[in-house]
Amino acid sequence: MNEKVLMKGNEAFAEAAIRNDCKYYFGYPITPQNEIPEYMARELPKAGGVFVQAESELAAIHMAYGAAAAGGRVLISSSSPGIALMQEGFSFLCSAEMPCVIINVSRGGPGIGTILPGQADYYQATKGGGNGDYHLIVLAPASIQESIMLIGKAFELTDSYRNPVMILVDGMIGQMMEPVTMPARHSGTRVEKPWALTGTKGQRTHNVVKSVYLKAEELEAWNWHLLKKYDQIKTNEVRYETQDLENASIIFVAYGTTSRIVKEAMAMLADEGIKTGLIRPISLWPYPYEAFTEIPSSVTSVICVELSQGQMIDDVKIGLNGKLPVSYLGRFGGSVISAEEVVNEAKKRLGMI
Amino acid sequence: MKVVFEYTHGMTREDSIYCPGCTHGIAHRLIMEALEEMQLLSETIGISPVGCSILAHRYMNVDMCEASHGRAPAIATGIKRVQPDCTVFTYQGDGDLASIGTGEIIHAAHRGEKFTTFFINNAIYGMTGGQMAPTTLIGQKTTTTPEGRSELLCGKPLRMAEMIATIEGAVFVERVSLDSPSSIFKAKKVIKKAIQIQQQKLGFGFVEILSTCPTNWGMAPIDAMAWLRTNMIPYFPLGNLKSPGETDASKSVKGRRNK
Amino acid sequence: MGRGLVKFDQERCKGCCLCVSVCPVKIIEMNTLKINSKGYHTADVLDIDQCIGCGNCAIICPDGAISVYIK
Repeated sequence: MNEKVLMKGNEAFAEAAIRNDCKYYFGYPITPQNEIPEYMARELPKAGGVFVQAESELAAIHMAYGAAAAGGRVLISSSSPGIALMQEGFSFLCSAEMPCVIINVSRGGPGIGTILPGQADYYQATKGGGNGDYHLIVLAPASIQESIMLIGKAFELTDSYRNPVMILVDGMIGQMMEPVTMPARHSGTRVEKPWALTGTKGQRTHNVVKSVYLKAEELEAWNWHLLKKYDQIKTNEVRYETQDLENASIIFVAYGTTSRIVKEAMAMLADEGIKTGLIRPISLWPYPYEAFTEIPSSVTSVICVELSQGQMIDDVKIGLNGKLPVSYLGRFGGSVISAEEVVNEAKKRLGMI
Repeated sequence: MKVVFEYTHGMTREDSIYCPGCTHGIAHRLIMEALEEMQLLSETIGISPVGCSILAHRYMNVDMCEASHGRAPAIATGIKRVQPDCTVFTYQGDGDLASIGTGEIIHAAHRGEKFTTFFINNAIYGMTGGQMAPTTLIGQKTTTTPEGRSELLCGKPLRMAEMIATIEGAVFVERVSLDSPSSIFKAKKVIKKAIQIQQQKLGFGFVEILSTCPTNWGMAPIDAMAWLRTNMIPYFPLGNLKSPGETDASKSVKGRRNK
Repeated sequence: MGRGLVKFDQERCKGCCLCVSVCPVKIIEMNTLKINSKGYHTADVLDIDQCIGCGNCAIICPDGAISVYIK
């Protein structure tokens, strides 16, 4: 069980879900995450689960909603344009308080874009593309091993908060291969779901899974209920990593694949005697604003590095609250930034070039 | 004293928001009566649509899931896969099923999903105030076809039962009407048959139920029943289009119309 | 003399008149002198002794306002 195996990201995500007792998967092919439905088609039935290839992502998210409503432990996955189609479903899942784990293996956009990696779904994931006030819990791993761990955590969180959880990885992590250790098959206690649609069996009144509340006072009360839950999540579920903050002159903020490239750049800068630090958000919602209080007085500027036109930078600015200047560095359209570009930007900020 | 008719326990006692004379009340009741008589109420999960019957979950006394517009068959697929021994049905109107939801209903039939769809066809969009539906008749005036539906601009009305019957996974397809006590009596028999076929796990079942919308047709309920009889039935002929074991949808519109 | 007995729940009635149209012995009429709490004129049975207990009215009633029995 504890031996290291070399696995492709997408396949590892699927296996991690199965190890965490996921029993239902609904998906539609879209690159660069096709290995997830393919792996699930092969392995999920062997594990006693059900795989359905849906006719579209619109259908897949709604199959997931139905399966979750009926008490199932559900995984769905897609990539950026497919996730765009699922936005309505996310809003419904959140309002109806349905548990579901979603993996977005994100790619460059907008529109059809490319099949190469991107981080331009940050707004879509954290600010919501569906209607109304709702939030997905969004977790952003930076390695396949971390993805495996966070997928397990995602299934826990989705059940305990009755809220969908998104694992936002970019196409690079989905497609790369790394040696990983898989957890043992989860055989722990399942959470009770008295609200699930299972047929009344003549033992209770009928359950209703819904999001419609036509009267203002009813919908406002429901929104208060959801808001209190989101506040609880903000208090309890912030996750981030910091590295080398002490005596740093520049702080980078980066997540996912970009954070690994930044770490490489930090090592190159350290070789030249330039001290830099990293704040790596792991939860994108709730965002780790508190991490920015750990920035020492030695820091003169912050660089937000993303594979997008600059989306997370808005949250970095909120976290900094005007205390330090923050600049954006990025590549997009499927291009991945290099460590050298990060090094050069740091030197520019320090007036060295 | 012998009971001839008492309201089924399958319906809650909540007063409905449906208009006077709206046949949703009859359709809801027939399905719930059928389930009660087959002793399936405690094993049933229904999926309600977006449309006038968005609040069906208040009236149908079984576990209910609200669907987003058109997606009920996808939601039913998820539910039936998790609860395969429950009786699962979707209840959808003509916008929900024949417009925004055409992809989902066709693929549910295509996969042979073992649930039953009850399709309420009243040739108009009720909840949103009387716009054209895919099933609106040629010449029928609606708020988006103020001069009457034109074939040139909007095409001819969609016959969903016929379309579904061509799909192999759909094993039971029938069209019924609610325009008179005898039609209602026949409709209930067909609804029971469809539920029975689900119990036998034979495949996807589809019952199209011709209905009225007195408010948006602009007529009294009694006149609406007559309008349905005179105008809808000739274009949407009643009868069975497919039964288990039949592999082709050879019961054509023409053939059934001439019966 | 019919053996039928119908009970009308006036508060559930929405005055749609469908029951009036299907009664074979024509004993249902809308009571235009009073309205229920919803504001509808409701259906009333004129001569209950003529009721044959066919159930047509209840079958077509969309609101579950009618119960039918045979004495």
